[in-house]
Amino acid sequence: MLLFLIGLISGIISGMGIGGGTVLIPALVIFVHPDQHIAQSVNLLFFIPTAIIALIVHIKNKRVNFKISIPVAVFGLVGAYFGSKIAISLPGNSLRKYFGVFLLVLGFYEMIRKDKRNPQKKRVSSN
Amino acid sequence: MVMNNYRFQLGLKKVKSKGLLAKYTKYIIIGIVTGMANGLFGSGGGTIAVPAMVLLLDEEEHIAHATAISIILPLTVVSAYFYISNSYVDWSLTLKVILGGLLGGYLGAKLLNICPSHILRKIFAVFMIAAAVRMIF
Repeated sequence: MLLFLIGLISGIISGMGIGGGTVLIPALVIFVHPDQHIAQSVNLLFFIPTAIIALIVHIKNKRVNFKISIPVAVFGLVGAYFGSKIAISLPGNSLRKYFGVFLLVLGFYEMIRKDKRNPQKKRVSSN
Repeated sequence: MVMNNYRFQLGLKKVKSKGLLAKYTKYIIIGIVTGMANGLFGSGGGTIAVPAMVLLLDEEEHIAHATAISIILPLTVVSAYFYISNSYVDWSLTLKVILGGLLGGYLGAKLLNICPSHILRKIFAVFMIAAAVRMIF
């Protein structure tokens, strides 16, 4: 039930386009205490089906700029390979602390960033 | 006249190739940073890629959002593969969270039409910082 609730709340927040993994991962770690790697893998797996659905809608509405996404994704795959390898090689406790630092930076960025006050533009969940 | 025209074209070519190089440098940086965050932290790809595309590539916000999902999806598949193949996976936990998340995602999209997200964003930032501090110490 707790897991369902955490999913529900993270889902609401990511459906509003505010967060995604940045809600789900800390919520899991703080309330359920899994290994940091497991919390991160939950978020990765969670993203795949939701992203596929969102992407179908976006491609239909011609919102995806493939001229950008293809080259960026190719270089991104290199980053993802090294990022995952590093994560796997780290002990859970260290990874949790690094994640905390990353979250702190993103949190401060959210605080200072200017909002365009454009609520009619729908934002679909992103990782 | 002909010479001038030639010089002009040469200059144009230079500007064009320089622009292309700059563009690809940005693609490489955005790709590597987004991919690294996605693999290392299992999240945060969108939080990086969306503002990066808006600020560095002058992309419109809603296009950047949709494009970010198309970039992060393949990265996530690769990252998830490495996590799973190293048995960092708990299927029963994942399934329960996904069930809640699907319902939540639907409700969130509905709620977005009722209450604006810019105030919630700031409240959420406070929670992020609090959670971050808790995770570091």
